Amino acid sequence: MLKHLKLEIDHGTPARVSAETVTLNIDGKAVHVPKGTSLMRAAVDAGVQVPKLCATDSLEPFGSCRLCLVEIEGPNGKVRGYPASCTTPCENGMVVHTQTPKLQELRKGVMELYISDHPLDCLTCSANGNCELQDMAGVTGLRNVRYGVGDAAGANHCSSKKDESNPYFTYDPSKCIVCNRCVRACEETQGTFALTISGRGFESRVSPGQDQPFMDSECVSCGACVEACPTATLQEKTVIELGQPEHSVITTCAYCGVGCGFKAEMKGNTVVRMVPWKDGKANEGHSCVKGRFAWGYATHPDRITKPMIRSKITDPWREVSWDEAIGHAASEFKRIQAKYGRDSVGGISSSRCTNEEVYLVQKLVRAAFGTNNIDTCARVCHSPTGYGMGQTFGTSAGTQTFKSVEHADVIVVIGANPTDAHPVFASRMKRRLREGAKLVVVDPRRIELVSSPHIQAQHHLALKPGTNVAMVTALAHVVVTEGLVHEAYVAERCDTKSFNEWRAFVAKPENSPEAFEEVTGVPAAEVRAAARLYAAGPNSAIYYGLGVTEHAQGSTMVIGIANLAMACGMVGREGVGVNPLRGQNNVQGSCDMGSFPHELPGYRHISDTTVRSEFEAAWGVHISPEPGLRIPNMFDAALGGSFKGLYCQGEDIVQSDPDTQHVAAALEAMECIVVQDIFLNETAKYAHVLLPGSSFLEKDGTFTNAERRISRVTQVMPPLAGLGDWEVTQKLSVALGYPMNYAHPEEIMREIAALTPTFRGVSYEKIERLGSVQWPCNESTEEAGTAIMHEQRFVRGKGRFFNTQYVPSLEKVTRMYPLLLTTGRILSQYNVGAQTRRTPNNQWHDEDRLELHAHDAQERGISDGDWVGIASRAGQTVLRAVISDRMQPGVVYTTFHFPESGANVITTDSSDWATNCPEYKVTAVQVSKVMQPSEWQKEYASFNKQQLEFLAQAGQQAVEASGK
Amino acid sequence: MSAVLIYVPRDSAALAVGADEVAAALAEQCAQRGLAVDIVRNGSRGLFWLEPLVEVQTPTGRVAYGPVAPEDVPGLLDAGLLQGATHALGHGLTEEIPYLAQQERLTFARMGVTDPLSLSDYAAHGGWAGLQRALTLDPMAVVQDVLDSGLRGRGGAAFPAGIKWRTVLQAQAAQKYVVCNADEGDSGTFSDRMTMEGDPYMLIEGMVIAGLAVGATQGYVYIRSEYPHAIAVMQEAIARAQAAGYLGDSVCGSGRAFTLHVRKAAGAYVCGEETAMLESIEGKRGIVRAKPPLPAIEGLFGQPTVINNVITLASVPLILARGAAFYRDYGMGRSRGTLPFQLAGNILHGGLVEKAFGLTLRELLFTFGGGSRSGRAIKAVQVGGPLGTYVPESQWDVPLDYEAYAAFGAVVGHGGIVVHDDTADMAQLARYAMEFCALESCGKCTPCRIGSTRGVEVIDRITQNENRVQQVVLLRSLCDTMLNGSLCAMGSMTPYPVLSALNHYPADFGIAAPTEQAA
Repeated sequence: MLKHLKLEIDHGTPARVSAETVTLNIDGKAVHVPKGTSLMRAAVDAGVQVPKLCATDSLEPFGSCRLCLVEIEGPNGKVRGYPASCTTPCENGMVVHTQTPKLQELRKGVMELYISDHPLDCLTCSANGNCELQDMAGVTGLRNVRYGVGDAAGANHCSSKKDESNPYFTYDPSKCIVCNRCVRACEETQGTFALTISGRGFESRVSPGQDQPFMDSECVSCGACVEACPTATLQEKTVIELGQPEHSVITTCAYCGVGCGFKAEMKGNTVVRMVPWKDGKANEGHSCVKGRFAWGYATHPDRITKPMIRSKITDPWREVSWDEAIGHAASEFKRIQAKYGRDSVGGISSSRCTNEEVYLVQKLVRAAFGTNNIDTCARVCHSPTGYGMGQTFGTSAGTQTFKSVEHADVIVVIGANPTDAHPVFASRMKRRLREGAKLVVVDPRRIELVSSPHIQAQHHLALKPGTNVAMVTALAHVVVTEGLVHEAYVAERCDTKSFNEWRAFVAKPENSPEAFEEVTGVPAAEVRAAARLYAAGPNSAIYYGLGVTEHAQGSTMVIGIANLAMACGMVGREGVGVNPLRGQNNVQGSCDMGSFPHELPGYRHISDTTVRSEFEAAWGVHISPEPGLRIPNMFDAALGGSFKGLYCQGEDIVQSDPDTQHVAAALEAMECIVVQDIFLNETAKYAHVLLPGSSFLEKDGTFTNAERRISRVTQVMPPLAGLGDWEVTQKLSVALGYPMNYAHPEEIMREIAALTPTFRGVSYEKIERLGSVQWPCNESTEEAGTAIMHEQRFVRGKGRFFNTQYVPSLEKVTRMYPLLLTTGRILSQYNVGAQTRRTPNNQWHDEDRLELHAHDAQERGISDGDWVGIASRAGQTVLRAVISDRMQPGVVYTTFHFPESGANVITTDSSDWATNCPEYKVTAVQVSKVMQPSEWQKEYASFNKQQLEFLAQAGQQAVEASGK
Repeated sequence: MSAVLIYVPRDSAALAVGADEVAAALAEQCAQRGLAVDIVRNGSRGLFWLEPLVEVQTPTGRVAYGPVAPEDVPGLLDAGLLQGATHALGHGLTEEIPYLAQQERLTFARMGVTDPLSLSDYAAHGGWAGLQRALTLDPMAVVQDVLDSGLRGRGGAAFPAGIKWRTVLQAQAAQKYVVCNADEGDSGTFSDRMTMEGDPYMLIEGMVIAGLAVGATQGYVYIRSEYPHAIAVMQEAIARAQAAGYLGDSVCGSGRAFTLHVRKAAGAYVCGEETAMLESIEGKRGIVRAKPPLPAIEGLFGQPTVINNVITLASVPLILARGAAFYRDYGMGRSRGTLPFQLAGNILHGGLVEKAFGLTLRELLFTFGGGSRSGRAIKAVQVGGPLGTYVPESQWDVPLDYEAYAAFGAVVGHGGIVVHDDTADMAQLARYAMEFCALESCGKCTPCRIGSTRGVEVIDRITQNENRVQQVVLLRSLCDTMLNGSLCAMGSMTPYPVLSALNHYPADFGIAAPTEQAA
């Protein structure tokens, strides 16, 4: 194996935890290990790596390869046999030899058998340099295959055909050694059970599904099998093409809020593959199809690599120098502010960017623009989390680590679809469920978790969209009226007055499951049983997603969840808690970094003079005590004529925000829109200045995941356009007249740490040393920060209860709009799809479709695959129909990954009462069979065509200019 | 005049040679002749060369006739069958047939005597006495009886049953299981099948006692899929025992529960390996689990589980009923009690011989078996199933005892004995052993998965004289890898028949030696 790939020691079998220590002797050395530890793992402690092929420390021992045999001395000094060291647990007083002449002979004999059925094409094999079989052939000293090899030996698999159906990896059965690592990884690590061994004896071979090609099987392309494979049998196509990498860099995935650690394996500036990092605490060596494979967008030809400007959006783009573009943008902002006032401009930061970049954008808005008109895309996803958890617990973040789920006895998933949207955490959750934890799913759809291999939810509360608050209040009613309140916990840790008010409120008969049965559509008995299960615990954990927040009562629901958890004593220790599953890689961070119009970094209100004066002193500017505009307010103000300029970094508001036509109209009403993005996204089509963004592979910084875990993003290649996003913001600020001169993002983090108490202990040095840290991280916490929040007391002091009065959504079914549309994400695509649409992930999902129940389809004469029009009071679009038994009658569903789908043309201005988070999850619609695209889609098609031409013209002009 | 009792076995071995037709002919002929008869379909006595063995109840005892063909029936009746008259097919009193009279039938005492599904027959012949006594004892006392009896696992491994039971008894778990391994796949064996077809309540009683002893409330019988009659009889017997209160929520009104389920096996030899069997019962592919954990600690569905072979469990009622000492007094050395040996292959008198440990193979082959069926000299005898050693004549006087057999590299196993005469080609039989392993290997561990296929190829090269000398060395090396490196007995015992054939019959491989043996 190549030396640089060898840095991690594989202990062979997973670590065991035991209070009891066992002492034994391995090769003359005394070794002390926790009871249950395998001889193989203990040998590593003795400095010995026993040869192995089927064992790896991410999987339970299997004992099939028989290379790891060791000798155990019996009491009389005689050999007690040759057990496999991976499956044999250590016992006190054991005397073990890992290398003897007999073992050498046996291992050589086994290796000789392997090689007799293996193509001897090592020099041209894609695993050359990183093949465990090759290593073991070396270790065992095999010099001769007396059986012959392949046809010379007799029966063999050397000419088996490759399966190349998966776009990212190949399966070459001729190289397979039937170690079962892939099968076990699919079961244990991923939990999909897509792989098995078909045939028996010599015929045994890995089989996706029932001898299907990988793409036709249930495989979700998480890559766990590829990662587990010790040979070239399952191999990344990039490795086949490029060969083995020569160096690697630890970084963090830029997709969902799980924040998986990855090793970017490189050749020069070229990524060869992304390998999940074993020591990444969020993922512990696991990955999903997006992080593992869908990174090719970073070098896609659509990348914007030159700054561009234009005076009107009906003009072609013109490629200019960085200085010209930034100078132009700055002068436009200054002109607008001079003409329309200081607050006529603002900025939007991105959850896709690093903490440092988000911090800089809000700093630019506050210090250079001199306004609080800064908002972030969390506005449209988790702003109610911030509000709800802030009010009840005192801080706006998940209470646990992901690992904590290993201690949960009851898992409640509300309005989240982890197997699609947070796949790596879903795998960890599924593992716990397979160990016997109970599951309650609260979701209008029958998501995969409700019923999947070896997983079955105890209760699926399939409520009607928009009735979350009725549900959570009904659950609370059961807890309160059936004596399930954890009285001692509440008395000690919660605010008595608000609790008593809440208790009286939820106990009212009108809040009972029976009373709400009509509203939620869920049988009261099911609700009662679920509430009892949750209250009984002993450890019950709630995980929720945008199905909670993206509602008119999103904040109320978050509060309702917090109430329930406090009442049952389910906050503040391992295995319990309230955990928002964050949609984007750095939603948590972008919220933490003060990019809300009313908050400075660390969730401190802008009206707080003490805090504000700290920042004023540090930044040398006056900061307005008045909160600025939220994103939807910016649109309204733009249409009203008072908001004219926007700096939008890494967010595609036109595609992702609700009521697309309203957003587009607002942007068209503005005079200068500066978009900084890696692609010409939908928003950029309305922009006047286009600044090339840089992908996560091109810059340094940090991301903060849903566990509050701050991990390093490491530059592995130079920015395509020459500048990292933070550098662009800095240049813009300077051009606006507010100096910034950070030489490296590390200096930005130093400033953040200095100004933010919960980040006081964060530094790049510490993150690199410990792998990651979790805020709060300061002098009063552990060095690595805080794994579990609210352990002794709630951050706000006493946990506070609020009454959660159910108010029906304004988006209710009528004769005109008799169905409810809800939206979500699918595994292979990610949000607006700007990245994943530019990868082979499209092979799984190449268009958004409308899922509906057979009953609703039949009533409308709709068959599978038909074009259907979806109309709401906001707009109309056309998608193809999928009839799905995951839907309940009356509810339809779509994803929003493709701009031409216009999913957000239909969604409305309905939003959360507290935070304006849009009610994406409930839109009253009508669905009907149609023959052609909607008017909006036709207009979009021609607008889009024209904008792409404008982009192409910029390139041509540049060629002509250089030709002169 | 009361009806005359006639017994025509229902055992598969009897059915295979026309017992149903004989029973039908008897019924028809007697009806035609106005003779009052009551035909009981009993189990087989295990004297297979006499099947279908018809017995008639007479005042002096049951008189045997066999082998009876349907066309013999009129003549037999003419001769006075119902009175037990003499006839060319007659053998006198069944109990006095030397083959039977010389046996020590403890476990098989009722075999062929009773109607297998008759609860009253079972009770009348000593059934349920062991269970009744077990119900009066505390669990450890039951386990102690089994320990004291010296009973060892009859499936082949010969592990002391009592120690296994004690381990399960002492394991703490909300649910424990008793699993009976009835996936009887060894060549030339049939004692499990006979038990299930011929005396099913004995097995049920043994399992209930095991359940009471270790605190298990659920039992599974994993029956070979090629045993349709055994499956049917067991299912019926379980239903009747349940209805009579011997199984269920309160065994014999004791308030202690034990329920029993039949699982049809998956049709693979390796599913008779205990851990592969557990996987199979759990609904998974039948592949072998690594041990530890021992099934007694983490067995079926991860819970403490007693796994015993049919004969082991079937021996228990007697031990409880007659006491540990009674059973222990049979046998020799550490092999206590009796073993139902099964004589098959090229043997004149094939069948079941239950004897205390300690008799010799020669006694079995000649005193009971009557020599080869072909009349030729016996060349090799495979003892203990397809993974057992070929025992050459030089070892035929070694007593059948686990330790004595182990001492010369052989196994007693499940007591199956397959006889080959001097026309046998031992190289082909060695090849067959490898081929069997290749066919039946679960494919989990490398030595067995690849080694068995390579073994066939290497033996072919030896017999075709391609680099014979080197290939013999390679075969021995392969056998060593399989023997020491395999995960379970499938791979690690396949070398037994191969090496014994090679060592004792080198000429069949085209080599002269015994000097080669040192290689």
